[in-house]
Amino acid sequence: MRTFIGIDLGSTTTKAVLMDENQAVLGRGITNSRSNYDVAAAVCKQEAKIGARFTLFKNALGSGGGAEILLEDLERNFRLEQFLSELNQLEQTCENYLDHPRFKDMKSALREALGAVFRQIETEAPAIYAPEADRKSDFFRDIAGSRFMDIAERIGRESGISFESLLNIYDKSIIDVESLVHSDEVVSRQLMNGLSRALKELEGVEVSEADAQAALKKVIDLELEETYVVGTGYGRVRLPFPKEHIRSEILCHGLGAHMMFPGTRTVLDIGGQDTKGIQVDENGIVVNFQMNDRCAAGCGRYLGYIADEMKIGLHELGPIAMKATKTTRINSTCTVFAGAELRDRLALGENRADILAGLHRAIMLRAMSILSRSGGVTDQFTFTGGVAKNESAVNELRKLIRENYGELTINISDESIYTGALGGAAFAYRAV
Amino acid sequence: MSQQDVIKSRSMLLQKEMIARNYDKITSGEVKVSSTFVPGNLNELLMCFDIANNLPEINAIQNAMRKKSGEMIMEAERSGHSEDVCTYVKADIGMMAKGNIAPNGKPFPDPDVLLLSYTGCFTFLKWFELLREQYKCPTVMLQVPYSADGQPTKNHRDYIVKQLKEEVIPTLEKISGIKFDIDRLREYLRKSAKAEDDLVWMLEQSKRKPSPIDCYFGGVYYMGPIFTAFRGTDEAITYYQMLREEIQERIDKGLGVQTPEGEMGEEKYRLVVEGPPNWTSFREFWKMFHEAGAVVVASSYTKVGGVYDYDNFRHDPDHPLESLADYCLGVYTNRNLPTRVDMLARNIKEYEADGLLINSIKSCNSFSAGQLVLMREVEKLTGKPGAFVETDLVDPRYFSAANVKNRLESYFQMIDQKRRAGGSATTLA
Ligand code: SF4
Repeated sequence: MRTFIGIDLGSTTTKAVLMDENQAVLGRGITNSRSNYDVAAAVCKQEAKIGARFTLFKNALGSGGGAEILLEDLERNFRLEQFLSELNQLEQTCENYLDHPRFKDMKSALREALGAVFRQIETEAPAIYAPEADRKSDFFRDIAGSRFMDIAERIGRESGISFESLLNIYDKSIIDVESLVHSDEVVSRQLMNGLSRALKELEGVEVSEADAQAALKKVIDLELEETYVVGTGYGRVRLPFPKEHIRSEILCHGLGAHMMFPGTRTVLDIGGQDTKGIQVDENGIVVNFQMNDRCAAGCGRYLGYIADEMKIGLHELGPIAMKATKTTRINSTCTVFAGAELRDRLALGENRADILAGLHRAIMLRAMSILSRSGGVTDQFTFTGGVAKNESAVNELRKLIRENYGELTINISDESIYTGALGGAAFAYRAV
Repeated sequence: MSQQDVIKSRSMLLQKEMIARNYDKITSGEVKVSSTFVPGNLNELLMCFDIANNLPEINAIQNAMRKKSGEMIMEAERSGHSEDVCTYVKADIGMMAKGNIAPNGKPFPDPDVLLLSYTGCFTFLKWFELLREQYKCPTVMLQVPYSADGQPTKNHRDYIVKQLKEEVIPTLEKISGIKFDIDRLREYLRKSAKAEDDLVWMLEQSKRKPSPIDCYFGGVYYMGPIFTAFRGTDEAITYYQMLREEIQERIDKGLGVQTPEGEMGEEKYRLVVEGPPNWTSFREFWKMFHEAGAVVVASSYTKVGGVYDYDNFRHDPDHPLESLADYCLGVYTNRNLPTRVDMLARNIKEYEADGLLINSIKSCNSFSAGQLVLMREVEKLTGKPGAFVETDLVDPRYFSAANVKNRLESYFQMIDQKRRAGGSATTLA
C-alpha cells in the first residue's frame, strides 16, 4: 500500500504522520529528538507505521464484539513487549560495558547488581503497562531511566557497589540503545507477542483467537510502502533528505492546520524556540507569516525557564496558574527580565498563581504582537504547538483574541503537536 | 572558498583601486577633507573647492566587511551609546576611539569641515553633533526638507538653492580659500549625468531573464562610485563604461548572475528587496539567495544615494544649483511612504519579480518605520507575496543565520506554492 509520510524534527521531539492514498491519517509517531536527528526520524517513522498497523487492524476487526477492548489491550501489551525488548537490549549493552578495563576488578559484582536491577524492572513492567496505570512519559528512556535510578540506588547500597558506577554504565548504554531502530521483523514479533498476551487476559471479547491472529498477521504482512517522505522542522537541514523532500515549518504548519480545520485562516504556533504567526488562504497556502526575532522571549523555552526559576515542572505551570484569582501584571517578556520580575513579585509576597497567570498573559501578549504583524487574526484561528496544551496559556489567548478581534472560532486539537508533520505528509502526498 | 578565491570582475578591481586611492588622498595630509553622508551628498560641489570627501557610513561598511565593526561598536557602547543607536554611528564613534585608522592603515586626519546635507534621516544630525564635539571644526548644514508630498516642490528647491548660495558655498570658500566657479560645477555635473546614464542602463538590465546582474548584493558594488567620492569624475565615467561592457558581455553570452562563489545556477526567483544589506555577514547572506536560485532584480538600497530611474533624474549642468537641490530632495530615504510603495510596486511589475522581501534593520528607523505597512500595500498592489527578515547593518551580534535562512526558505517555498496554486508553469516540486 502506498503511504505518504511527514516528519517534523523539532528541537525537543520529533513527530511523524503517515497518510494513505486518500489522505487519511493512518498513524502518528513521536520520539525525543536526541542529538541525532537521523535516528529520531527513523524511530518516529517506525512509530507512525506501528500506529498505522493498529488503525488497519482496527478496521479489520470492525466494531462490536469487544473489539475495542481487544485493541486497547493489544496496544498496552504491545508497548509492554516493546519495553521488555528494549530493556533486554539495555541489559546486554550494560553487560558489554563491563569488559571495560576500569570495571575489571568488580566485574562480577557489577554484573550481579545489574542483573538484580534489570530483573526487578522486568517484574515491575507489567504493572507499568497495566490498564489505567499512570505513566509520566511514553519514552523508554524516561521510564526505564527513572526505574533504573531508584532500584540501582537501593541495590548499590545493599551490595556495597557504588551507585556512580552503575549510573555510569547506564548512561553510556542508554545512548547506544536509543540509537537502535527496530526492524520491521522485530516490530512484527512484538505485535504478535502483544496479541498473545492480550488474548490471554481478555474476557468479554467475542473475536476468536484464531481470527484475531489471522487478522493481525494480514495487517503485518501488508507492506507500507514509503512513496514519498517530507521532512520539516529545525532539524530538517541535518537530515539525509534530498532538497526536494524538505519543506519549511511555516508552510507545514499552515497546511497542517488547514488539514485539521479547513476553515483556518490564521495559525499561531508556539514552539520551543520560536513563535510563528501564519496566515493561510482557503487552500491552506501560506500568504504571510511573521516570527519572533533574535530572542526566545515568549516561546516555549521561556516557560521552561520560568519553571526552572520556580523549581517546578514545566507541566505544573498551567495548572498552578489556573488557580489564580487575579492576573499580576508582568511587564517583561524578556526571559531574563521576567526572571527578575518574578523574584521581585515573590519577594513582595504576591501569590504564585497570580504571578504565573501574569507570565502566561505576557507570553500571549507577545504572540498577539507577532500575530498582528503577520496580518491580524481572522476566523478561524488555530493554535498549535506544545504550549497549546497549557490550559492557562490557552485561557489568556482566548481572552486576548476576544478583546482584540471579537468572537472568533478558536481551534485547538489534542493532536496539535502533529500539525507540522501532518502538513509534511500532505506535501508528500502532493509531491507525487 | 577562501577570501582569495572570490571572483572579482575588472570593474570590481577598478573600484577597489578607486576607493584605495581616495583613502590615500584623504589620509595624505595634502588636501582639505570634509566628512559628509551618502544620501544627498554634494560631491561635485566639494570638488569645486578641491576638498576630499570622507564618508563615515562607508567607513563603517568597510570596517564591517573586514570584520572590525564588532569591536568598534562595543567600544562605542562602553563609552555610553545605547544598544538601539544606529550601528553605523557606533562603528564610527568606536573607530575614532580606537585611533581613527582608515582602511589603508593610516590615521584619518581631523576633517576641515563637516558638511551635513541631511536627507531623510534624523540620525545624521545627532551623529554630526558628536563629530563636531570631537573635532571642533566648522560645520555647515544644508537643510533638506522632507518630501512629505512625495515630490520636490519649487519652494523646497528654492529654499535649498538659497542655502547653497548663502551658507554652504561661502563657508566652503572660506575653508578652502578657493573661489566658487559655477562653470567648474557645470563641468562636473555634466560628467555626473554621463555616468548616471550608464548606471540607469545597468539597473534596467535586470529586466532581462535571466537577469545578468543582482541589483542588491551586486548592486551595492555597482552603486559605489556614483554615491561616493566619484560622482562628477572621469573615473566614474570610465568605471560605468567598463561595467556596462561587462554586463553587455554577459547578456550576449546569455549568462545569469555572477556571485562571489561563481556563476549562479538557474534563476528560480526574482525578488525586489527593500532595506540595507547586512554587511557583517554579507557573503553568507548572499549565499542564502544564490543557493536557492534567487536573484534580486531591483532594490531600494541602490537608490539611497540618489534615485535616477524612478523619475528619471539626472544632474543638469544647465541648472547646476537647482539640480543639486533636486538631487538632495529625491534620494530614497527622503521620500514619503506612498512614493516608496509606488516605487517598489512598479519595480515588481516592471522587473517581473515574484515578490518583495524586506530586510528590516534593527537600528535604522529611517528605513524601518512603516515597513510592514509598506509590505502590505505592495502586496495589495501587485498580488505578489511579501516577506520580512530582520538583521542589522554592521553589528555582527544581530545576524542570526539560522533564523534568516529559515524565513528565506519559507518565503521561497511560499512563492513556489503560490505559483502552483496560480497554475503557472513551473517544474518545482
Ligand atoms: S538612514 Fe538608517 S542606517 Fe543610515 S544613518 Fe540613518 S539610521 Fe543609520
